[in-house]
Amino acid sequence: MAAPEHPVLETHGLTIRFGGHLAVNAVSCAFRPGTLTAIVGPNGAGKTTYFNLISGQLKATSGHVSLFGEDITPLSTPQRTHRGIGRAFQLTNLFPRLTVLENVRLAVQSRAHLGRNLWSMWGRHVELIERAEHCLHRVALADRRRVIASALPHGDQRKLEVAILLALEPEVFMFDEPTAGMSVDEVPVILELIEHIKAQGDKTVLLVEHKMDVVRSLADRIIVLHQGELVADGEPAAVIASPIVQEAYLGVAGDT
Amino acid sequence: MLARVLSGDFPRSRALAVALVVILVGLALAPFIVPGTRSLTVAAKVCVFVLLVASYDLLLGYTGIVSFAHTMFFGIGGYGVGIAMARMDSTWGALAIGVLVSLALSAVIALAIGLLSLRVRAIFFAMITLAVAAFFQILASQLSGITGGEDGINFKLPEALRPATSFFEATFFGVAVNGRLVSYYLVFAVALAFFLVLLRVVNSPFGRVLLSIRENEFRSEALGYRTVTYRTVANCLGALGATVAGILYAIWLRYTGPDTTLSFNIMIDILLMVVIGGMGTMYGSVIGATLFVVAQNYLQDLMKFASNAAQGVPLLPNLLHPDRWLLWLGLLFIVCVYYFPAGIVGKLRAAKEKP
Ligand SMILES: Nc1ncnc2c1ncn2[C@@H]1O[C@H](COP(=O)(O)OP(=O)(O)O)[C@@H](O)[C@H]1O
Ligand SMILES: [Mg+2]
Repeated sequence: MAAPEHPVLETHGLTIRFGGHLAVNAVSCAFRPGTLTAIVGPNGAGKTTYFNLISGQLKATSGHVSLFGEDITPLSTPQRTHRGIGRAFQLTNLFPRLTVLENVRLAVQSRAHLGRNLWSMWGRHVELIERAEHCLHRVALADRRRVIASALPHGDQRKLEVAILLALEPEVFMFDEPTAGMSVDEVPVILELIEHIKAQGDKTVLLVEHKMDVVRSLADRIIVLHQGELVADGEPAAVIASPIVQEAYLGVAGDT
Repeated sequence: MLARVLSGDFPRSRALAVALVVILVGLALAPFIVPGTRSLTVAAKVCVFVLLVASYDLLLGYTGIVSFAHTMFFGIGGYGVGIAMARMDSTWGALAIGVLVSLALSAVIALAIGLLSLRVRAIFFAMITLAVAAFFQILASQLSGITGGEDGINFKLPEALRPATSFFEATFFGVAVNGRLVSYYLVFAVALAFFLVLLRVVNSPFGRVLLSIRENEFRSEALGYRTVTYRTVANCLGALGATVAGILYAIWLRYTGPDTTLSFNIMIDILLMVVIGGMGTMYGSVIGATLFVVAQNYLQDLMKFASNAAQGVPLLPNLLHPDRWLLWLGLLFIVCVYYFPAGIVGKLRAAKEKP
């Protein structure tokens, strides 16, 4: 299962407390390149919160996050993004009144460190446009490039969310229920894409997903969160078969 | 060439393009079309307010920052020039010092406000700007030894800009070539140049980041943009635009006082102009400022005329009395917001984009 390489991303005793509630409780875990780790658990288990701690939207109460051996816990979200952490959000999180292409170009531009350029014309950066169009092409959205993001149907908004993540060219890809709410015929595009990223071999992929067939076919490893704690970790077959997981969560989650 | 000047941001509506060309030509030829002192002052005021409103739109319409300190920066420009010219001497050197000091002061204050408070919630930022602007108003009226208090400062311009200075014996197309004419074209050219600079900034990669902050600041951060930095830079640029506008206005009026720069009435006017023209479009400030300033100056005339014409009809002359002009402007504003929520420019562009 685990590749021999050093882990790219590690969390050490990562904890966050909301009032009296430990939403993520002392989670230690290492993620290696070329590996897709599925994170499962019932709603409210703390999966999204765990992601927020890794990408920096939330500050940990205690514990550390490290990337390529560097402690990134004190870094801000933008700094973590520039170091290679890329995040697609569970709740669609776009620039609603900008076009599809502009949404992706903003990500390409950030990757190219061009945001501070005050004097060139945005429309003249052909290489950025081409890069953005390529990302849209990969999620099968190229023909909607001129549409205003908020006018897209839900499934296309999810795809755009993924296209933005691709445009950032991160080292760590974090997908938070990328196919939730998508129609059946839209799902394969996203799954093939995730598979392709994994096949590149040097990228680290974290995937929160409820659909058990998806998890079974894509994941190299599954970790289970329950009430903020990491309760199971291992090869997919073993984790799915383990009795506590079977009875407590996967039986329920597998139906949805 | 035109694409470069307009930074690739074309009007995208024939009606808007025509309106912009009419306004541009009208302002460029104003001394020849409407040579009267009052009309020329209206034209100069349009130039100044286009820049003032455009620089405010950079904050409100493009970045989503609500600031009430814009008139303060406008005032810093006006008072900077006024104090320098009145307390030193009326030379170009004093003018240059006034310009540089006011620009530097504005940049420092905008930077400080930005760094101290752009991290916090938008409403809190708005309150801070309100407080700082109010403090400045009080300061200007209390330090009357320097600022002239409520009376403001009358001052003399360098020789070349004085109305009495005549450059030729003859007239040019019936217009005397004097300091007044030079002043007007100075105001016109500088306002136009700075407007085009703002147009470039909003159409640059930086400008797109500002839009992304307006749309979804959380997501913008996740893409890797440190939004506090961007908002602070936008705040400084907006402040500098307002300061330049204040400098130009003072030069034109040869006067600076609380009512022409610092007053909150002007702040409200700016808000109205941005909304009427269309937030988030630089061309909206041209349309909004022109309509508003012209209405402000000629609505009363129109109403006096209408009021006289309506003599004998009950109630109507009273309703049309020139003193009610603000009421009518308010009504116009409500109608405008109701029918064009995206402003006039938004309306025109939407009409074009519909198939
Ligand atoms: N910002 C927050 N403030 C307070 N409680 C939160 C916050 N974010 C998440 N929680 C709580 O943390 C728990 C885990 O939520 P979440 O990570 O969204 O679960 P999951 O993604 O696994 O469904 C929930 O009980 C949720 O109510
Ligand atoms: Mg979640």
